[in-house]
Amino acid sequence: MARSKAAIGVALAGAFALAACGGESGGVNSASAKPAPAPSAASAKDEREDQPYPSTYKPYPGAPTALVGATVYDGKGGRIDKGIVLFSEGKVVAVGNAELAIPEGYARIDGTGKFVTPGVIDVHSHLGDYPSPAVASHEDGNEMTEPTTPQVWAEHSVWPQDPGFTRALANGGVTALQILPGSGNLMGGRSVTLKNVPSRTVQGMKFPGAPYSLKMACGENPKRVYGSQGRSPMTRMGNFAVNRKTWFEAKKYAAGDRKERDLAMETLAGVLDGDILVQNHCYRADEMALVLDMAKEMGYKVTAFHHAVESYKIADLLRQANVCSAVWADWYGFKMEAYDAIPENAALIQQAGACVIIHSDDENGIQRLNQEAAKAQAAGKRIGIDIPDAQVVGWFTLNAAKAMGIDKLTGSLETGKMADVVLWNGNPLSVYSRPEKVWIDGALMFDALDPQRRPVSDFELGQPGEGDVK
Amino acid sequence: MTRLPALLAAAAALAIAAPAVAQDFAITHATVALGDGSEPIADATLVVRGGKVAAVGRGVAVPQGVEQIDGTGKWVTPGLFSALTDLGLYDVDAVDQSRDISADKSIFSAALDIAPVVNPLAQNIKVSRAGGVTRASVFPRSGNAIFAGQGAVIDLGSDSEPVVKPRAFQYVELGEGGGGLAGGSRTAAHVTLRNALAEAQDLASRGGRNDDALLNRPDAAALIPVVEGRQPLYVHVERAADILAALKLRQDFPKLDLVLAGASEGWMVAKEISAAKVPVIANALNDLPAQFEQLAATQSNAGRMHDAGVKVAIGRFFDMNQPRYAPQQAGNLVALTKLPGASGLSWGEAFAAISSVPAEISGMPGMGVLKPGATGDVVIWDGDPLELSTAPMRVFVDGVEQPLESHQTKLRDRYLTPQEGALPKAYDW
Repeated sequence: MARSKAAIGVALAGAFALAACGGESGGVNSASAKPAPAPSAASAKDEREDQPYPSTYKPYPGAPTALVGATVYDGKGGRIDKGIVLFSEGKVVAVGNAELAIPEGYARIDGTGKFVTPGVIDVHSHLGDYPSPAVASHEDGNEMTEPTTPQVWAEHSVWPQDPGFTRALANGGVTALQILPGSGNLMGGRSVTLKNVPSRTVQGMKFPGAPYSLKMACGENPKRVYGSQGRSPMTRMGNFAVNRKTWFEAKKYAAGDRKERDLAMETLAGVLDGDILVQNHCYRADEMALVLDMAKEMGYKVTAFHHAVESYKIADLLRQANVCSAVWADWYGFKMEAYDAIPENAALIQQAGACVIIHSDDENGIQRLNQEAAKAQAAGKRIGIDIPDAQVVGWFTLNAAKAMGIDKLTGSLETGKMADVVLWNGNPLSVYSRPEKVWIDGALMFDALDPQRRPVSDFELGQPGEGDVK
Repeated sequence: MTRLPALLAAAAALAIAAPAVAQDFAITHATVALGDGSEPIADATLVVRGGKVAAVGRGVAVPQGVEQIDGTGKWVTPGLFSALTDLGLYDVDAVDQSRDISADKSIFSAALDIAPVVNPLAQNIKVSRAGGVTRASVFPRSGNAIFAGQGAVIDLGSDSEPVVKPRAFQYVELGEGGGGLAGGSRTAAHVTLRNALAEAQDLASRGGRNDDALLNRPDAAALIPVVEGRQPLYVHVERAADILAALKLRQDFPKLDLVLAGASEGWMVAKEISAAKVPVIANALNDLPAQFEQLAATQSNAGRMHDAGVKVAIGRFFDMNQPRYAPQQAGNLVALTKLPGASGLSWGEAFAAISSVPAEISGMPGMGVLKPGATGDVVIWDGDPLELSTAPMRVFVDGVEQPLESHQTKLRDRYLTPQEGALPKAYDW
């Protein structure tokens, strides 16, 4: 927990002094003479397909593999004892019990006494944007020059060499993660979803087909950053006023011919079109309820509230609104709006029938999302909310994928999905368990039993500790 | 759901209660971990009388007239000892007015003493107590000088007297942090430290001061017990080279009673640390090059130092690293024993690293351990205490059962269902 929220909060003001450049949202004429896109979902999709920084990620080679005899949690609530998982050419071929026939040519891995889950997914990470080492030159996660900066894209800040990626892989079994801009701004910018593979470029990590999200933030952070400069927003009511003004501008832009390139408005129009998801940093119940009303007023949908420590107070509202809560197991008390955090939060949300995600927002926490989920499960059990292990695994796999818009592609072990798979050397909800092997698109990217299947970032080459078990 | 017995709830409601009288009790048929590094004992009995451990082990008879608690299926351990915490020093970390962790604008440094300001009713104390923490060392953090000031050992009992041992140690920043505080480099930090210790010596030997003394008198006086070896000096360093430089301080100040805090790269110089007989209070799971001084950080650090004979405690529970995370971190070190190439700790060693070892390093032998005569700090757990699914069921400090209620448990009870009833939730308490 080296880079705590509190610490980031303290760092925000200092970082501002460095961020002297203005926003980049000025009107710029489009270079291409495309016909005016109509404000419909279809045309917005065309625009999205015209990706200026497209993914160049290609699955790495893998062998047809049969994991045999392990307890399988499929990520969507299913559990198979002594199960078999088959994958080939990057895709899950079949998942079944001991009866399942293993085709010829499959490498057989004995999973007796072990566990298999989908790859772990973190919906909230700043790896690459706030990489290790945490020095000022690396602070690339908050463009705190304007209260709203929907024009910035997190992918333009990601340092692919962040050693945090490899730790998340080796210790956490993380195969995909969403990098979000920070919470210094009301509208922080676009997220990027990555496959957790080492790469020379961020494009080489980009998750093919993942939609963008807009990072929004309510509460203390934006008001502190700008209020301390004597500019709006200085208060929570200021937060809403700036948000509403910006959304009205966006609605106007979206209803127009959209000919003139406006990078900020293009992001917001994408949200209004339903193509760009909304990930909203918001702790307090009362503020989440207000944000839901704002979304209704403006005609967009909040996909997930992040750090939603007070979701348990309004779990019924969140279920009705079909919004996910991305939460920690038991962080509390580090700032005023985290004062009412309780360890039973996730279980109470689950009990109300709303969507639960365990997220990290932390370069250490991302290494133990499975353990955090187990703690949250246990807190629920002590108040009589008994959530099966198989369902809890979904808190850090399929539910995260849903909130990132990639659940058709990954997040569960189902025929045809990406072969993002973790073999654990014990129950992943036990403190005594570790990832033994991690496959991404069917390629073995980490193997605890093979020191050569342990990536070493450029930064760590030739340094003390290079290639260590970490 | 566990509700507190009415009596305990009433006790918790009192603003600041006087120390309660210790109970005599025996826990039978439990799995008992002594906290001394040994492996847990199945079907054992623990007897606590007069606030002290009277007997422990298999086949121990329960004396007549002592309350008997059935421990079948439960685990019993000494209370956790959390080294280097900020317990009782804040209400909300980011709310300056509630925060007594560091004094950035003070003219004092080494003289700062947290003993008078620890708040035994702080929520972080209540929450940690419910997590099985019964003792802790609390320390100030550096504000504007390399000397942070003097830490204390506290208990987490629900009475008005948290401080067990005031001025238990002095804390100094070397390494990157110390360099920044001293004027911009590690060189300045070393000169500042050596000069300060020399001024303390001077003050002690002559009772007077030179005209060009740099330290104010309270700071110089506070360092006299340090330079005379009567008060341990905790040195925060991470890099292997900084650790070696810290060990060499004893060439000039031979009486220094050194403790290393941090030591992320300690495994690289474990032999030297071991030879110097200097104990370490480390983070368990640091494995990132979070700063350049931690390039070689690995979760195997504690295990490797332990293997080299270094006395290693898991500690440094401040900021977001809550003391109640100690069992999870210790459990992770046990998990490493199954990982090829990694160094972990056995279960008994891992538990000792969060109980008796930090107690010993903190100058509190007889705490964090269950042996006849030891302090009656006892936790009854609903399973293996290092496992994620486990929680304390009952907690005793000095043989006195403690309330486990907090702001959190009250919120939990209020919002078991979010819907409001005939009246708003504010009437439900």
